[in-house]
Amino acid sequence: MNYIFSFLILSGITVAFLSGRMDVVVNAAVTSAESAVERAVSLIAVVSLWLGIARVAEKAGLIDAMSRAIAPFFRWLFPSIPKGHPALGCILMNLSANMLGFGSAATPFGLKAMQELQSLNKKPDTATEAMCTFLAINTSSVTLVPATLVALRTSAGSKNPSEIVGAVLFATTCSTLAAITADYVMRITNRWRSKGL
Amino acid sequence: MTAEMLGTNVSWVIPVLIFVVFIYAHAKKIRIFETFVEGARDGLFMAARIVPYLIGIYVAVGVFRESGAIDILVNLLSPLLSLVGAPAEVLFLTIVRSLSGPAALGMMLEIFDTHGPDSFIGRLASTLIGSTDTTFYIIAVYFGSVGIRNTRYSIPVGLFADFASFLASVFIVRKMYL
Repeated sequence: MNYIFSFLILSGITVAFLSGRMDVVVNAAVTSAESAVERAVSLIAVVSLWLGIARVAEKAGLIDAMSRAIAPFFRWLFPSIPKGHPALGCILMNLSANMLGFGSAATPFGLKAMQELQSLNKKPDTATEAMCTFLAINTSSVTLVPATLVALRTSAGSKNPSEIVGAVLFATTCSTLAAITADYVMRITNRWRSKGL
Repeated sequence: MTAEMLGTNVSWVIPVLIFVVFIYAHAKKIRIFETFVEGARDGLFMAARIVPYLIGIYVAVGVFRESGAIDILVNLLSPLLSLVGAPAEVLFLTIVRSLSGPAALGMMLEIFDTHGPDSFIGRLASTLIGSTDTTFYIIAVYFGSVGIRNTRYSIPVGLFADFASFLASVFIVRKMYL
């Protein structure tokens, strides 16, 4: 991120210098900072509204309900976790929270899941297959309700902020399937290699 | 499958969800208002936390765009990008997304402000943000929390999924809205 930030600023200033438009730089910087703060104010409204509703859903136990619903679909992805081990429960809670768009509720479950998975780990400094699968699904982002996104689109003045949900569902399904496939292929080829040794 | 059809079909999803949540919470005897306020307070902090990121990204992107540097980059990348049909900003957004969540949100908002949330690029940015997560950050935090140093194939798999998201987003947004 540091490189990207300096790249944008430095190349911007260099180009402005070469094209003799140095006055543009300061102007652009100040107006941009101003519009960032303007944006931030409207952000407070929508983000607070959504997190408020999300908290009600969370307290009511919607995450629990969701994790029961998705359990059959995800159990077969983690063959190395023994039946009834708490790790799977934490993984399901984390994925459910992510699916419902409660990012901040997802992280504690995710960290707990990693601890549980670590307790099954024989080589404590190396990732297990189950950890890799969990993170593959997690980083590919399984979203059913992109609430924050819709809120941000609303605050930017979109005419139909939630029209994007269909496209998001398509893209998120593709990327999660890609992640599960890639994880599976890597798992199998890694097993081959370690047997060869 | 037209854009309008899908658009009108999904606009009821969120109101219905809120309705269900409130009924459900009521049945569970949750103190709905207090819980809402508690969550909204978190929202206030979250929004406040994102402000410095917003300023940084808006300024960097603003300078990059107004100086004309972006035109040079677009010209350099256009043969490659016209192949998949994506604007340069969105490729940039994909890269930033895997590194920093708040920075990527800032960049998306900057795209909204410049091009409008309902423009092609605005919709593409939305789809991309909705379907990806901060791969490097999650891998660092999750593995770091239990002291794992050898992450094996996690990073390539995560980046592969991000790339799949990018292609899928470009494909679906072009199909639905162009």
